[in-house]
Amino acid sequence: MDVISEFFSEYDGLGAFKTTIYLTVVSALFALLIGTVVAVMRVSPIRVLQVIGTLYVNIVRNTPLTLVIVFCNLGLFLQLGVSLANKDSNTFITDNNFRLAVLGLSVYHAAFVAEAIRSGVNTVPLGQAEAARAIGLPFLKTLRYVVLPQAFRGAIAPLGNVLIALTKNSTVASVIGVTEASAVMKVMMENRPDVIFVVFGIFAIGFVILTLPVGILFTSMSKRLAVKR
Amino acid sequence: MSDSVDTVTTTGLVALQDVQKHFGDLHVLKDINLSIGRGEVVVVIGPSGSGKSTLCRAINRLEPIDSGSITLDGQPLPSEGKRLANLRADVGMVFQSFNLFAHKTILQNVTLGPMKVRGLSKAEAEKKARALLERVGVTAQAEKYPAQLSGGQQQRVAIARALAMDPKVMLFDEPTSALDPEMIKEVLDVMVDLASQSMTMVVVTHEMGFARRAANRVVFMADGQIVEEAEPQKFFTDPQTKRAQDFLSKILTH
Ligand SMILES: Nc1ncnc2c1ncn2[C@@H]1O[C@H](COP(=O)(O)OP(=O)(O)OP(=O)(O)O)[C@@H](O)[C@H]1O
Ligand SMILES: [Mg+2]
Repeated sequence: MDVISEFFSEYDGLGAFKTTIYLTVVSALFALLIGTVVAVMRVSPIRVLQVIGTLYVNIVRNTPLTLVIVFCNLGLFLQLGVSLANKDSNTFITDNNFRLAVLGLSVYHAAFVAEAIRSGVNTVPLGQAEAARAIGLPFLKTLRYVVLPQAFRGAIAPLGNVLIALTKNSTVASVIGVTEASAVMKVMMENRPDVIFVVFGIFAIGFVILTLPVGILFTSMSKRLAVKR
Repeated sequence: MSDSVDTVTTTGLVALQDVQKHFGDLHVLKDINLSIGRGEVVVVIGPSGSGKSTLCRAINRLEPIDSGSITLDGQPLPSEGKRLANLRADVGMVFQSFNLFAHKTILQNVTLGPMKVRGLSKAEAEKKARALLERVGVTAQAEKYPAQLSGGQQQRVAIARALAMDPKVMLFDEPTSALDPEMIKEVLDVMVDLASQSMTMVVVTHEMGFARRAANRVVFMADGQIVEEAEPQKFFTDPQTKRAQDFLSKILTH
């Protein structure tokens, strides 16, 4: 099976998967950050923030990811001139595309993270926040020390699902020229139409290798870290 | 000479004046006037739905009121934000369902407030917490999580958690009604002990033994109103109003 050795030698398949992982991890961190802020807005007592949070989730969740990513490139960069990398650098195009993809993936998945965290917040009985307020913790400290730590632990399983979706959705970054795994797959398929199923199989297995452990890990963590009541 | 319509009435540590509260169309607190002196122990009793919990929760503004005023130490309750949080720190609250922080150990439950609200160092907070846990008799459980404790132990920890803030007044909303009978006494003993050390307390409870032993006054509520107030002995043996007589005959025949 020369195509397998070509995957490693000629096409830098591992490098492509590395890009996929990097894209996923960085986007996941930003999505977690943004998603947490959005979730906090939705549970805050301030009406305006609630509305903004709700709008964010509903608009972003109902927009196709491809649109979001393409908008980052065509809209933000080409139209508005927003660039996220050093223009004088040799790797400007690559860096900028990668970062625009991270932006799009983060903003998009943040909506799902926010929903996961909100479902986690719903696992925390009302009495917990009341007890926190009763000892004099203000709103943000009540969230930080009492509600969110329990909410995250209740949200581990759905957060795992978001991470798995994000891993697979990172392939959309190829439409704005990020050479992650699916972009390389496309090139390989074009060059080796004779073994197209093998190529397809290699990449499919690659993604399963990435996502399966994540699923197992998050399921076991969600059991191990569940708050006992 | 002295026209005794003096404005300088000796208001209590906690004073409620003409307090009104609705939940939608339901009028749950009607014209509540109640003054609780420093060191006084007031037991609130009354039928289910009469507004006892709401009264308790109004005192630390977990439930905002529609009109009237509530003062603590002469200061009206702030409406929101940092100052309200500070007020709550001065009012200890013990819930029927304990509400210990489920993800924190017993020790952490007691140190959280002192560290994050009062700004104590971890060492100071832990020293204080251990002393309080000793006082309520759960020292051995300090490193455990709430779910590993019995209901009676959890409620005693909840009392320690509230005491750790050095509150001016303690509110108890049916602290023993979620407990198995054999655990009620251990919690009541802690409360009696607290009362004897002149803590100001508002206690919603149907434990007449506690009322007789520790209360200075019984406040009887029905349909959102304070219907009768008296010393425990007098209230239980010689209630004045029909509502109180009916209520007592029901709980006494059980
Ligand atoms: N958050 C709320 N929203 C709407 N109605 C409420 C709310 N909380 C309480 N009520 C209603 O207000 C009334 C008074 O409730 P409250 O809990 O103060 O009574 P209670 O005297 O403590 O009763 P119990 O002995 O059952 O605890 C009840 O009719 C109750 O159904
Ligand atoms: Mg009640």
